[in-house]
Amino acid sequence: MKSEVREALIAKLTALADDEVILAHRASEWTGHAPILEEDIALANIAQDELGHATLWYGLRQQLDGCDSDQLAFFREAGEYRNTELVELPKGDWAFTMLRQFLFDLYETLWLQSAKNSSYQPLADAANKVLREERFHLQHTYAWVERLGLGTEESNQRMQHALDMQWGYAQQLFVPTPGEDLLVAEGMVPDLGAIKTQWLEYSTKHLQNAGLKLPINPGYQPTSRACHTEHLWSILAEMQSTARWDTEAKVW
Amino acid sequence: MTTLPTTEQVWAALAQIPDPEIPVINVVEMGIVRGVVIEGNKATVTMTPTFSGCPALHLIREQLEQTTRSLGFDQVEVKTVLSPAWTTDWIPVNAKERLRQYGIAPPKPKSEQDSLIQLEPSPTRCPRCGSLNTSVKNTFGPTLCKAIHVCNNCQEPFESFKTV
Repeated sequence: MKSEVREALIAKLTALADDEVILAHRASEWTGHAPILEEDIALANIAQDELGHATLWYGLRQQLDGCDSDQLAFFREAGEYRNTELVELPKGDWAFTMLRQFLFDLYETLWLQSAKNSSYQPLADAANKVLREERFHLQHTYAWVERLGLGTEESNQRMQHALDMQWGYAQQLFVPTPGEDLLVAEGMVPDLGAIKTQWLEYSTKHLQNAGLKLPINPGYQPTSRACHTEHLWSILAEMQSTARWDTEAKVW
Repeated sequence: MTTLPTTEQVWAALAQIPDPEIPVINVVEMGIVRGVVIEGNKATVTMTPTFSGCPALHLIREQLEQTTRSLGFDQVEVKTVLSPAWTTDWIPVNAKERLRQYGIAPPKPKSEQDSLIQLEPSPTRCPRCGSLNTSVKNTFGPTLCKAIHVCNNCQEPFESFKTV
């Protein structure tokens, strides 16, 4: 593998894993606090799955540069994380959390469906594996968007508010990582432009069917994954504290 | 000099390891063990994860290693592969029946679905009374591989193994 392709692949895998780690942590914040027990369990399952996926993406990176996934997750500073701003935003209310999870799950599912055909076999295998789990997430959050959008006046307003806030942020999911064009040219990862077209079509239809209006002005749209909101610093402070207190700890 | 076991004997020993979360079926029936290769006094066991975030995977890996080592090999390696991706179709019919007797509705045959969303999957049969008049209560259950249902006939809640 050419060194520039390798570097680009490391950047892409890091971005994939970092999105999963941070989103998993946000989902886990509901553990013990979700509106009903069933949803507490469901979101804990989703968080656990996303962590499993992060482990797979970090594992693929490890094959390229020998990195250690625990070091990456627990000992990097916020400025070194390459997640989108969407996933680091505070969990908000239930509508905010369900909408974000839906927008992300839809993107991830579409990306994985295409990445199954990657010319880089380890990535194709991992995508095929993750897709089987991700479908359950999308099925779940798809139903929640409909339920809240068409529920009561208040639930609809809360969803609309979440959508107005998140729509611009969600567009960052389709901004390529450094060197990603090389990977696309090699057939290693899907073209994000094509994924975005599918995502827009599918999400627009479902959101509108759920009685929601796409914002006319999408607002702030982050681009670089090297930039973050202040929320990433506080989430990492919590997530990494145990590991940093006792770096030798083997069992938590 | 002791004689090392054959691959068949290693498989048989591994089939004694119950799944940590669903002990009525073993890790071989679960489809987790994908291969056993013996070269001299070294044994290589290949495994595949069920759900990638399953917390029992670490334990299963340790148990595969320990069980194989206890058979007398000097070197034991447990490798993880992702391809072919794990599917519940690998669980044999008799193990599925044991799941049902245990109170967990077994996975159905996997259909290669292309649609993103399958909101109305075929009804899951109640493992207690056999009725198909059941409803999904939660796509997610106490472990990553299970969902929660309720039987509208016998009124009992039950778990089902997800079809993957």
